Amino acid sequence: MTWDWDVAKDFLPELLDGLLITLQATALGSVLAFALGLVWAMALRSPTRFVRWPVGVFVEFIRNTPLLVQLFFFYWVLPTWDIKFSALTTGVVALGLHYSTYIAEVYRAGIDGVPVGQWEAATALSLPRGRTWFMVILPQAIRRVVPALGNYVIAMLKDSPMIALIGVTDMLQNARSEGATSFQYIEPYTMVGIAFILISYPASLLMRALERRLGH
Amino acid sequence: MATEITTPNPAVDGGELIRFDNVTKRFGTNTVLDNLDFTVASGKHVTLIGPSGSGKTTILRLLMTLLRPEEGTITVDGDYLTHESKNGKLIPAGEKHTREVRKKIGMVFQQFNLFPNMRVLRNVTEAPVHVLGMGKEEAEERARGLLDLVGLGDKCDAYPTQLSGGQQQRVAIARALAMRPQVLLLDEVTSALDPELVAGVLDVLRDLAHTTDITMLCVTHEMNFARDISDDVLMFDAGRVIESGPPEKIFSDPEHERTREFLSAVL
Repeated sequence: MTWDWDVAKDFLPELLDGLLITLQATALGSVLAFALGLVWAMALRSPTRFVRWPVGVFVEFIRNTPLLVQLFFFYWVLPTWDIKFSALTTGVVALGLHYSTYIAEVYRAGIDGVPVGQWEAATALSLPRGRTWFMVILPQAIRRVVPALGNYVIAMLKDSPMIALIGVTDMLQNARSEGATSFQYIEPYTMVGIAFILISYPASLLMRALERRLGH
Repeated sequence: MATEITTPNPAVDGGELIRFDNVTKRFGTNTVLDNLDFTVASGKHVTLIGPSGSGKTTILRLLMTLLRPEEGTITVDGDYLTHESKNGKLIPAGEKHTREVRKKIGMVFQQFNLFPNMRVLRNVTEAPVHVLGMGKEEAEERARGLLDLVGLGDKCDAYPTQLSGGQQQRVAIARALAMRPQVLLLDEVTSALDPELVAGVLDVLRDLAHTTDITMLCVTHEMNFARDISDDVLMFDAGRVIESGPPEKIFSDPEHERTREFLSAVL
C-alpha cells in the first residue's frame, strides 16, 4: 500500500468540514463542562447535606462509568422518553456532562487552595454568599487551576471522535465514510491523526507555559 | 473626623456595647472559654492580654461570628448576636439576623486577608456598595478619604501584592472602617509584620483611638501600644479573665501572680 496524494487532496475538504465539527463539539462540550462542573463543585460545598449527598452520588456515578456507554445511553434511550436532540447536541451533552465531573474535582482543588482568611474577611464584611463566591473565592480558585482545566479540554478533544459512533460527521466519521466508499484508508486516517497532533500538541505546550507563568 | 468614621449611637454612648454572658467555647474536649462574662462600654478601647492559647483571639472570632459559642449569649448594642428571641424563647439566630447585628462590627486580621484579585480601592468599596447599598461614587470618595487617612491615598490602583505588609494592613484597616462599624476588632494586627513596618500600622491605630469614638477590642503583644491606647486591659488565662483594670494599674502594679509572670516574660 502506498500513499496516494490524489486521495489525500480529495479528502482534504471533508477533513476540514469534520475538523470544524470536532472543534465545535469540543468547544461547546468544554463550556458545558466548565459550567456544570462549577454547579457540582459549589453544590458539594453546600451547608445542606440534602444537596451534597445526591450531587455527590450523581457525580461519582458519571465519573465511574465509561463515556461511550453514556453516549449510547443518551443517543438510544433518551428518544424513547421523548427527549430528542440532534446527534451533535447529544454528543456535546455527553462530553460536557462526563467531563464536568472531572472539572468539578479541579474546581474543588482550586477552592480548597484559597486561604480560609479570604472566607473570613468576606464574613467580617458581611458580603452576601453569592458575591463571596463569584467575586472573591472563584476568581482566585480558577486562576490556580487554569492549566488543569486546559488539560481536560485537550483530553476532551481527543475523546471527541467517540461521537462519530452516533453518526456525528466529525473528522473520524468523514474518514470512515471515505474508506467505505473508496476503500482508501491510509490517507484519511493518517490525516485525521495529524490534524489531532497539530491541535493538541501546541495546546499542551501552551498549558505548560501557562502553568509556569502562574507559578506552579 | 469622629462622626465621619463611626456611627455614634447616643442611646448607648458610654453604655454597654458588647456583652458576653456565660459564654463557653470548646474545641473538641478542649474548653477554650469557660463561662466567660465580660462587657465593653461604648467608645472604650479594651486590650486583651495573656499567654497564647488563653482564648483571647477566640473572643474576637466569636464576635465576628467566625465561631459559634457552645453555651451562653453574646450581645452587641442590645441585640443578640448568635441568637434571636422568638415567642419569648431564645433560638439560634438565622443568617439574616446575624448579618444585621454583625454589620456593627469590623475586624482587622493578623494576615491582612485583603482580596488579592481586587485593586486597593475596590477592596475598600466592595462591602459598602454591596452590603450597605452605598452608591459607587460615594463609596469611592469615602474610600479615598480613608486611604488618605491611613497614608495610602496614592495606592488606590495598586493590587495588594504590590504593597508591603504594613501597607496591606493599613488598607485592611481602611476596609474595615469603610463599613462604619461601631466596634473594631484588632487580632494581633502587627504579628505578621516585619519589625520596621509595625510603627506605621500602630500610628494609624493610635490616631484612630485618640480622634474617634470608635470602640476597640484588641489582642496584641505590643505592650507599649496597649498601654498607649487602652482604657482597660483584661488579663486572660485558661479561658478566664483573671485580672482587669486601667493599663497603668495592670502594667505597673498587677495583683495576680500569673499577670506578673506573663508581663515579665513579654516586657
